[in-house]
Amino acid sequence: MSVALKLENLSKTFEVGKRLFREPKARVHAVRPVTLDVEEGETLGIVGESGCGKSTLARLLVGLLPPSEGLIEINGAKLDNADPAEFGKKIQYVFQDPISSLNPRKTIRQVMEAPLRHLHKMDKAARDARISEIFASVNLREEFLERYPHEFSGGQAQRIGIARALAADARILILDEPVSALDVSVQAQVLNLLERLKGELGLTYLFISHDLAVVEAISTRVAVLYFGTLVELGAAEDIFRAPRHPYTKLLASSAPVVGRPLVNPEGKATDLPDPLNPPPGCAFAARCPKATEICRKAPPKLEAVEGGTQKAACYHPLSEGEQIFG
Amino acid sequence: MGGYILKRLVSAIPVLFGITVIVFLIMAMIPGDPALAILGSYATPENVEKLNRDLGLDQPLVARYFIWLGNMLTGDFGRSFSLNRPVIDEVLDRFSATLILAGTSLVLCAIFGIAAGVVSAARQYGFADKAITFAVLLGISIPSFFLGMMMILLFAVRWKMLPVSGMYAIYGGGDLPDLLNHLIMPALALAVVATGVVARLSRSAMLEVLRQDFVRTARAKGVPEGRVVWGHALRAAMVTIIPVLGVQAGFVLSGAVYIEMVFQWPGVGRMLVDAILKRDILLVQGGVVFVAACYVLFNIAVDVAQSVLDPRIKT
Amino acid sequence: MSFFKLLIRNRLAFAGLIVMGLVLALVIATPILPLYEPNVTDTANRFLKPFEGGHILGTDHLGRDLLSRLLWGTQLSLAVGISAAVFAAFFGAAIGIVAGYFGGTTDNVIMRGVDMLMAFPYILLALAIVAALGPGLVNALIAVAAVNIPFFARNIRGVTVGIAHKEFVDAARLAGESHLKIILTEIVPNVIPVIVIAMSTTIGWMILETAGLSFLGLGSQPPQADLGSMLGEARSALITNPHTSVVPGVMILIIVMAINLLGDGVRDALDPRLRSGALTRPRPATLVEREGPVPAPVESGTLVLTDLQTQFRVGERVYKAVSHVSLHVAPGECLGVIGESGSGKSVTALSIMGLVASPPGVIVGGSAIYDGTELIGAPYSKLRSYRGDKVAYIFQDPLATLHPLYTVGDQLCEAIRVHHSVSKAEAWTRAVELLKQVRIPNAEGRAKVYPHEMSGGMRQRVGIAMALANDPDVIIADEPTTALDVTVQAQILALLNDLRRERGLSIIFITHDFGVVAQLCDRVAVMYAGRIVETGPTQEVLDDAAHPYTRRLIACVPELGEGRRELHAIPGLPPAVDRLPAGCAFAPRCDKAQTLCQVGVIELEGGASRKVRCLYPETDIAGMAKPVAQVPELKKGAGA
Repeated sequence: MSVALKLENLSKTFEVGKRLFREPKARVHAVRPVTLDVEEGETLGIVGESGCGKSTLARLLVGLLPPSEGLIEINGAKLDNADPAEFGKKIQYVFQDPISSLNPRKTIRQVMEAPLRHLHKMDKAARDARISEIFASVNLREEFLERYPHEFSGGQAQRIGIARALAADARILILDEPVSALDVSVQAQVLNLLERLKGELGLTYLFISHDLAVVEAISTRVAVLYFGTLVELGAAEDIFRAPRHPYTKLLASSAPVVGRPLVNPEGKATDLPDPLNPPPGCAFAARCPKATEICRKAPPKLEAVEGGTQKAACYHPLSEGEQIFG
Repeated sequence: MGGYILKRLVSAIPVLFGITVIVFLIMAMIPGDPALAILGSYATPENVEKLNRDLGLDQPLVARYFIWLGNMLTGDFGRSFSLNRPVIDEVLDRFSATLILAGTSLVLCAIFGIAAGVVSAARQYGFADKAITFAVLLGISIPSFFLGMMMILLFAVRWKMLPVSGMYAIYGGGDLPDLLNHLIMPALALAVVATGVVARLSRSAMLEVLRQDFVRTARAKGVPEGRVVWGHALRAAMVTIIPVLGVQAGFVLSGAVYIEMVFQWPGVGRMLVDAILKRDILLVQGGVVFVAACYVLFNIAVDVAQSVLDPRIKT
Repeated sequence: MSFFKLLIRNRLAFAGLIVMGLVLALVIATPILPLYEPNVTDTANRFLKPFEGGHILGTDHLGRDLLSRLLWGTQLSLAVGISAAVFAAFFGAAIGIVAGYFGGTTDNVIMRGVDMLMAFPYILLALAIVAALGPGLVNALIAVAAVNIPFFARNIRGVTVGIAHKEFVDAARLAGESHLKIILTEIVPNVIPVIVIAMSTTIGWMILETAGLSFLGLGSQPPQADLGSMLGEARSALITNPHTSVVPGVMILIIVMAINLLGDGVRDALDPRLRSGALTRPRPATLVEREGPVPAPVESGTLVLTDLQTQFRVGERVYKAVSHVSLHVAPGECLGVIGESGSGKSVTALSIMGLVASPPGVIVGGSAIYDGTELIGAPYSKLRSYRGDKVAYIFQDPLATLHPLYTVGDQLCEAIRVHHSVSKAEAWTRAVELLKQVRIPNAEGRAKVYPHEMSGGMRQRVGIAMALANDPDVIIADEPTTALDVTVQAQILALLNDLRRERGLSIIFITHDFGVVAQLCDRVAVMYAGRIVETGPTQEVLDDAAHPYTRRLIACVPELGEGRRELHAIPGLPPAVDRLPAGCAFAPRCDKAQTLCQVGVIELEGGASRKVRCLYPETDIAGMAKPVAQVPELKKGAGA
């Protein structure tokens, strides 16, 4: 298998309180350098809680935000200018909020035509044929094309969003919380559709979500982000069953699961570190029962864990089955 | 807090600078020879040249600007030729009269406008709301100068309750009761439009806030309705209302020009109109810069009030 | 089309439209009407009163016919006012859109300039411009348009910034559209309603301003007259001949009032928020309009709901958000109410204490009994005294539900002091105590901070502390952890569970998450399209759901630890509650549905603990009448 998408030391820093002619008041490292390969045809799940940088990472990957450092390679070709039109043909984005990602004053046909016209310079006949083809593959009726976005339910609008992403004919799709605005009964419809399309069209997915169970159900591999840092990377079937990073362990034991008694894994109230004043070492150290002196000094590197398939950024990775919470 | 005020004052410096540039550039667009306008068409060329030199008009534009700015910073706004008096003296005299008028109106419009808006919102679609909405519509549709004229006809001419015009207390003529007597009609006429605008915006701000989740929380806690409206909701609505008051101050100052004409109020607005008609450029320049600067300072005060009210604004 | 319908349905706007139509018709017809020449003086006939000497409105100080001058003046005033508005709107909007779309330095530079212009009281700038260009109507027009550009620019910029950050603009960029194309096809169509609103609500103002400049003698110059200069000229004769002032003054008033009415109508018709009736004030308590007698409670408990019905009435439509819901909760018990969005679970919860926003919400029937007292339709004072004291709420989004301008401690103190007359100091001590009980570290310090200075989890702890403030018997928690991250959710759920065991609280817990229900609740009620479709002890329902909807919903939810797999989906969508089908609302999506499912009313049946609203339940339930012959399933596991 070849590498579809390669990130090398990709990072994003936001400047807070910009001032003319002077240094900004502070810098927030929304995404700390991430190095990651996405194999062709796989679904890489990215999980993390709010403020972990997962949406910023997604916007970097489609060129909506210029990276502060690092580079993105798609099928071996470097993409270093943040030009969405350049990215658009290779990598597309499916948005979280299906309704607000559609212009309320455009018909669905107009929405669908934009990528065909601007990215592929197709003529009218070719566009119509292509739209019919895509609509058939996402199970949407063609009569929808003349309607406006407010006439659709969330699930239908999300299918339209997926159809638009497909129209650009990109091989890689970034799915940014594509089902979190949907009800569970509709969520499953969309997830199954995504799965089918991937097989049929040979797509590669980056699936971003805060919902561990959804990510586990759809992904081949999963990356866990905490406070802008990639803390663990491993196969979907292993990562929550046998987490190696204490934060992954905490996530896995916090998720409400039928048949498991209610516990507060941490036993106390905790918070994320202050982004304006981040700790020098591992960002999770303050919440981690295994933290030692070294954890508070320098951030650990993402490395393969002994005796496992996962990689973890931790000085004291857990052994399989080790219990530290609850 | 002190730091925040200082920061706002410092940030006003470029704005004040910009104001002087804008005023200077507009005035520099005036066609023709200002000296000729001053001396009249019978002036000899020598006299015109001399006056131009005295006024610094033989210098290039940028130099003239900095000379003018430098003079102003030392308090020298030049001399008004039509009044033969230092501009600054005239402006200060006249501005204090305008301040009394506009200040009174602003206070009136804030009190009545906010109260009417809150009552209107709290009794939405009730009788009070409809009455207030109609009054507001009338208020924002009537030209203040026409309203002033009608007030004169009714209160001064027909009922002889109040004086038509002739406010001289500022120049040491009358005492406080005399001033108030002269102030009632113009201040009311001036306040009407602004009250309408404030009432309208307060109403919609209140309606917006009353639907917020935190109002439901207050009700769920069992907070009495009066306190929900006049406490929780109004407090939050003030965040939108206070900046409106800042903008209204500008409208009241503007409206004062008409009212001063109608009631012969010896304010800065009437002075400016007279100066324009007489082409007394230095007086126009000085007056505009002075009033605009005061307005900028007033808006800083509004910002400070806002930051006291809203802890989310970083001080 | 719907825009004009909406406009005409608004009676005031319609009146404004008619008046404006008349004025415009008169003004257009002016050149062909048999009028005196407007500018011909006739000093012998000066100051004629109306109807004297064939002059319908009399004459002015130079003996000119007032009617003729009025109509010609109106023409001029309207033309100037409207042109000024169009100019200001066009340039202001262009500047605002560019600044708002590009942001960054472009925005900074443009907006600093706009700020500079707005630093003048507007008339000063207008006066300065007129001073420079010289008095005259065209110059007055330029001045009025110029001073209004910054207002439009700032307004439109704000709207544009909001739109430029919408996801569909990002989508357009990813579709390869150029900046110009995005501005023209994505931004402008969405900004135009705002421009129209801003213009229609300011045209009246512009007419007043140009009239004002003319009034001062800086606008139209003699002998030409607009309404303002007519008024200005008449001023000297105000006391002796008031009719010369009244005529133009009243005309301005009529025109501006008509335009303002029309403008408000346009705004209301174009503003979607107003259209949906969102800007109506909710009453202190939900409106109760019973359509039948008060039902007698069947169950017993701390809080007992019987046949609760709540509707939303929007225009002609009636949304039956809650239909015949009966629930009860015993002391120390936690009842879960689970359902998807639109199932009526939150409306049920809010109806109990009359907190459903009304309008549009109306409770049309049912009973809610707390401690022997009927809450539905109870007088406001009674309801208020129970709210927060006996029955308290915890809401979903703790940032929106706490007042942004009061400190956390003050909000807790208020919760205590509205029900108990204690001193501020006592209340504060109690508030800090409450913060400690919800395990907030450094409670003394945290009491003094504002909600925005806390994290989501901490804010929700404050929400819980507020609910506990008066030691209520019942807590209604409306999706309290939905907005929180999973690790924080675990903390909050554990806290709620501890508190309920310590204090013997009854909790009604509204959620859409089976995992949460399984861990926290003793019993569960499943809602679909406003009705309870199944209820029973949590474990029994989860292990062996009787209603096909419950069973399939549980199958939809992926659970952690089951690995990569295909999910079971329910085809179709929940029905809209304003067009509920007869029979079972789930029947169109149900693979077990028979013709009988789609007729009449299907009752919630069963024994004391478990009940189901289904003719062909998935499992046998004690106490149910045997259904009409068990029918084999028709098809299995239909996909999306």
